[in-house]
This record gives sequence, C-alpha cells and structure tokens, in this order.
Amino acid sequence: MSDTTDTGPVLAADGTPLKRSLNRALRRQKMRALMLIAPLLLFVLLSFILPIGKMLTRSVQNDIVADTLPLTVVELNAWDSDSGDLPGENVYAAFVSDMVVAIEDKKHTRLGTRLNYESTGMSSLFRKSGRKIKKLDPATDGPFKDTLIEISEGWGKVETWREIKTHSVRTTNGYFLNAIDMRRTPEGAQAQPEDKRVLIKLFGRTLWMSLIITGSCILLAYPVAWILANLPMRTSNMLMILVLLPFWTSLLVRTSAWKVLLQQQGVINEILVWLGMIDDANRLVMINNQTGTIIAMTHILLPFMILPMYSVMQTIQPTYLRAAKSMGATNWTAFWRVYFPQSIPGIGAGSILVFILSIGYYITPEIVGGTKGVFISNRIAYHISYSLNWGLAAALGAILLAVVLLLYWCYDKIVGIDNVKLG
Amino acid sequence: MKLTTTLLATTALSVAAGAVAAQEMTIVSWGGAYSKSQLKAYHEPYTEKTGVTIINDDSSAEAVAKLRAMNEAGNVTWDVVDVVAADAIRLCDEGLAMEIDPDTMLAPAPDGTSAAEDFGDLLVSDCYIPQIVYSTTVGYRTDMVGDTPPTDICAVFDLEAYPGKRSLEKRPINNMEWALLCDGVAKDAVYDVLGTPEGQDQALAKLDTIKDSVIWWSAGADTPQLLADGEVVMGSTYNGRLFSVIEEQKQPVAMLWDAQVFDLDGWIIPTGLSEERQKAALDYIMFATDTQRLADQAKYISYGPARASSAPLVGKHAELGIDMAPHMPTDPENAKNTFLYNYEFWADYRDDIDAKFQAWLAK
Repeated sequence: MSDTTDTGPVLAADGTPLKRSLNRALRRQKMRALMLIAPLLLFVLLSFILPIGKMLTRSVQNDIVADTLPLTVVELNAWDSDSGDLPGENVYAAFVSDMVVAIEDKKHTRLGTRLNYESTGMSSLFRKSGRKIKKLDPATDGPFKDTLIEISEGWGKVETWREIKTHSVRTTNGYFLNAIDMRRTPEGAQAQPEDKRVLIKLFGRTLWMSLIITGSCILLAYPVAWILANLPMRTSNMLMILVLLPFWTSLLVRTSAWKVLLQQQGVINEILVWLGMIDDANRLVMINNQTGTIIAMTHILLPFMILPMYSVMQTIQPTYLRAAKSMGATNWTAFWRVYFPQSIPGIGAGSILVFILSIGYYITPEIVGGTKGVFISNRIAYHISYSLNWGLAAALGAILLAVVLLLYWCYDKIVGIDNVKLG
Repeated sequence: MKLTTTLLATTALSVAAGAVAAQEMTIVSWGGAYSKSQLKAYHEPYTEKTGVTIINDDSSAEAVAKLRAMNEAGNVTWDVVDVVAADAIRLCDEGLAMEIDPDTMLAPAPDGTSAAEDFGDLLVSDCYIPQIVYSTTVGYRTDMVGDTPPTDICAVFDLEAYPGKRSLEKRPINNMEWALLCDGVAKDAVYDVLGTPEGQDQALAKLDTIKDSVIWWSAGADTPQLLADGEVVMGSTYNGRLFSVIEEQKQPVAMLWDAQVFDLDGWIIPTGLSEERQKAALDYIMFATDTQRLADQAKYISYGPARASSAPLVGKHAELGIDMAPHMPTDPENAKNTFLYNYEFWADYRDDIDAKFQAWLAK
C-alpha cells in the first residue's frame, strides 16, 4: 500500500472528489424522483392538507368580535367585569360607533349568531337592536347608555357585556372547551350545566362502538378470508365476487336494506313470528338502537377486513401447516402456533382500516342509530350544516383526529406498525 | 400545429360556454315531488317565456352550509335557493342572502295590492320571499287505532289509548311545543314557558313519558315509510308527504290536523352574485312568485300558496283531478287549531335547546 493514495480524497474520472460526484448524481436522482411525485404531492397538499389545516385553525380562530367591535373591545378592557357594575358611557359610545359601521356592512347579525352559541338571546338582541341603532348618529346623539338600554334591556345587563368581553380574544380556547362539555367564562373554564353535557359521552360511545364493530368484523372476516385463501382459484374467485358485490353497492341502499330487514314489521321479525319463535306482541327491537348500528356497520365495513386478511393469508405456505402436523401437532396447535401468528399482519391492517373508518362514520348511524346508536360525527355534521358553528365542529374534528393519531401511536408501540401488511 | 388547434378549439368552446352561461340559471331546491311541482309551475313557463335554461340542484337540505362555503371561496354558483324560513333568517343574519324590497322586487297582486301587503305577516325576514305554507302535522294508521280515531295532538302522548310506536322528528322544534301543550300549558304561553329552563325541563319530562315508544326521524320521507310499513301507529311529518301517502299511495292513513305547526318555504337570492346574474335571479323571482304562479304550484302538491290573493285560484290536482283546497293546511276545516312557529324564538334558542334535547336523547 503506497502512501500517495492516503493523502488526498478519492477522485472520480473527471478529477472531482468521488464523494461530491456521487452526491451530485444522487441528488439528481432524488430531484428526478421528486419531480415524478410532484403532481401527487401538490394534489395532496392542495386538496387534503391545506383544507384540513384551514378547517382545524377555525377551532381556535375568533376574530369576529374584535373585528366587528374594535373600539368597544378596547374600552371593555379597562372595565372590571367582576365589579357587578355596568360599563361606563365610554363603552356604550364606542359600541354605537362600532355598530353603525357593522350594520352598514351587515355584520352585526353575524356577531349576534356567534355570541348566541355561548349565550342564548344574543342573536335577537343584535338583530332587533340593529334596526334602531342604525338610526343613531355616533357624533351627535349621545349619551348612549340610557338610549341603548331603552332600545333593549339586554344592554342593561352586566351579563351581556361580560359575554362580549370574554369572547373578544382573537385566539380562543372556547370551542375546545365546548367540545369537551365545558365553557369559557370570565372566571375561567367551567363545566357545562349537566343537562347540556353530551359530547364526551358521544366521544366515548363512538370509540367503544367502533371497537365492537372492529371486533365483530374480525370474527366474521377471519373464516371467510381463510376459505377464500384456501380454495382453488376458480371457486375462490367466485366467492370473492360475493364479497365485493356489496362493496360496490351504494352505502345508502345497503343501509336502507337493513332497515327493511331489521324493523319490527320487517323480514326477520316476520319470519320469527311465523315460525312461532317469538310472540307477535314481543317482536325484537333490532334497529334504531346500538344493535342496528353495529349490525349495519359491521356489514358495510366487512370487505375492508376481508381483503387485507385474504391477501396476507394467500402468502402463508400450506406446507408449514402440513409440516407442523407431521411433527405431531393437533389441528388446533398447528393453527394457533403456526398459521395464526402469520396472519396477524392482515388482522392488524384490517383492524386499522375498519376502526378508523367507523370512528368517522356518519350516515349509517344517522339512519339506523336511533338515539343510542349515533356517533360524534353526527354532532359534527349538525354543527356544520345546521347551527353553522364551524368553530365547534372544527374543535370536535380536531379532537377526533388527535384520538385516532394517539390510538395509532399506541398500536405502533404495542403491535408495531411494521407488522401491518396489505398483502 | 395540433396543439394550437386544440388550444384554439378549447378557447372557442369556453367562450361559447360563457355566452351560454348567461342563459342558464341554477336553482336549488329539495328534490322529489316538491321540485317537480316547481318545475311544472315555475321553471317550465319561465323557460318558455324567456328562453333561460334552468338547472335544478337538489341541495336545499345542505344549503346553509354550502352557501357559506361558496361565499368564503368567493365563487357562488347558485342563483336562487329554496330554503325554509328558519334557514332564511340564519342566512340573512350571516349576510349570505340579499335583502329584498317586496314593493319593487316582487309583483303586486292582480287587483293592485302591493306585494308586501299580499304576503302580509309571512315576510318573516328581510331576505325571504315565501312561496308556500306547509305544516308539520301528525298522521295515523286508521287500522291501528281501533274505533276511536285520535282527534287531538295529545293522542301522541297517550300510550294507553293508542299503544304502539310513534315517530317524531329528531330535533326539539315542534316536539317541545306539543309536549307543553299536552302538559296543560296554554297556547299563547308556550314560548314564554319554553324560554325558561324550568319550561324546557317540563317539556322534556313530558316527552320522557313516551321516549321508549318513539322512533326519531331525520328525513321527511321516514314517517310516511314507517306508516306505510305499519311500523308506527302515528307520526309527525309534513302535510304534503301525508297527502301523497293517503291520496296517491292509498294507504290506510289519516291526518290529525290538530295543532299543526305552520311553517314557510320560499326563495332567497345569495349575496356575491355578479350584477348580471343578480338581475336574472330577480327577474325569475318576480315571475315565479306572482299570484298565478303560486296558485299553480298547488295543482301539483298540497301546500298552500303564501299570497293571500292566490288562495281563491287554487284548483284541482293536475293528475289526480281531486279538489286541492280541502287538502291545504290553510283550509278553514283543517286550520281550526293551528300553531304558529315562532321564528325569533327559535333563532335564539335553537342551539341551546338543541344541546339539551340531544343530551336528553342520549340519556
């Protein structure tokens, strides 16, 4: 070994150091790969991450009060909301100036709707007062305190001003507090009155029922996948169509079909009564409750369990089982010690798919869930479509997302995510 | 060369599409028999008169949320939207619907009465042009109630006289009012009582007495289906749905008009339209809400026209040939005991009472 080679770095044919030359080539390759996936990356970014991110920021965003009533908010800061006294004339004067501008832009009713989520009556207070405040001139018609209280006694209540002050922050935790059955008050976070607490219960129910649905999917899908994987190709293809056929049928059609089957005057009850197994007066209640939701959703999500299981089981060599048996294992031992461990990745993949899908399910629980079988997503849908309280909907969605990620993390720790295979 | 031709062709096409768009209008409604009645009574005559093509979009159920999303995106694709009054108030509050001046934007009655007077109290919001009066009322299976068919709303709460399941809407509106009425609260005091926490508890306590026998519906088609299947003995739904169960499908169902709750359905024009499209939308509204057009709609569906001047013009059903007047919720025989939905009240209390109602349901 001569010492000349040790003094300098290894050079490529063109004289540049080999390391740099290699790096350059690799970078070029990486760039090319990036260019190839760029359309997909851009698509995911624009159509998935950006909108979801934007929706999630709504859960803390609360510009409306400070934007609509800028002067009032400043004046209210100096007011001691715990004093029990009404704010001074300066607040009322600032409020009228703000309102005149807001009414011009038709923004005061939006603010009323926003505050009405927190305190009932705000919506009509702003709408009704708006018609009269519109006629006031902030420069000449003062003082305003008595005028406003005359317009509506709501302006003479300390509560109204406390509510405005509490919700005047630009970034609020109010929606998240609402999402866990609490509320933002001047004294800090407090629990909602007991008769309005429902969301935590729904979160719990969603998780619990999703687990049951995942469990029943595993129980039903395992034997089916096993048969599919072990039959000769011709027959298994035929059976596979039977699995896929419902998969291709509209969700609504399948859910409605369960209604026809399960209701009290439905097919199953009619047959049982005809067979004399149940009394006509005591027909089974199988729908509009949790049972209905579990049955319908298990059926709808079953293909998501069967398909990953099937593709994993196909790769398990039947010779292993024969080998185990030839060495004296019973059927059960051969299955439990040899076959089952190899099929776990399929169960894992299917379970994650089914669980995550069912946690966000909305339409099936809505149709067959009655009162005890609805999920948290039904409340999210209500706040998106009807109450227009998108902040609360976003907070509920963010919590749901966090719970899913947390469970995914736990799953990774316990089972290991490498242990999940789709085929 | 080929690329240039393609580019030219697409440009030409999009220009042409732009020109066509001026002659097109997207009108949003509820779908089903209701959209059909609007197609026959409004859209077809309007197209015939002006040549404007009308595209139907059955999205009214999600209209409020979609309009808000469109407005935020700055791309409103709807020209005229059919919504119920409560939604119209919400849209108006949110600045998503434009204000309407009834005297300049709506046609006067044939005898010269101004539109504002002709619609009267039904103009419940500054942004709303009502079309029809519908009611939420109770229908019952005639073959499941024995020899004494129910005559008043409290039959819903009477499990002894009328055992079996009943279907009610999965929201507090109407149910809370009926519960209080049947718990001895006077009709004019219902909303005062319902405005207090004790009153809300009272209503829920009354509903509690039948909770286990109720199937809660969320789509208007649920109760008619449940009645037709014999799954429920009685249930609340819109009167037009019951009309089609009784008269079109000939099911053994009858209507309990008692304490029917009047509500309105009508048009709003979204804000954020271009001047040209807004003008076209207003032109359509002017045409579609005149006296004759509103009366025409009643030929196809059993909802009462919102104009006082349309009532005498209501004729026979276009296909069944039966007289429609007795099937209108506003017919004197049916309207002996009616209940007026209080929009102001529900705009304020909807979120609060709904939270309580849902908590109660989940218990």
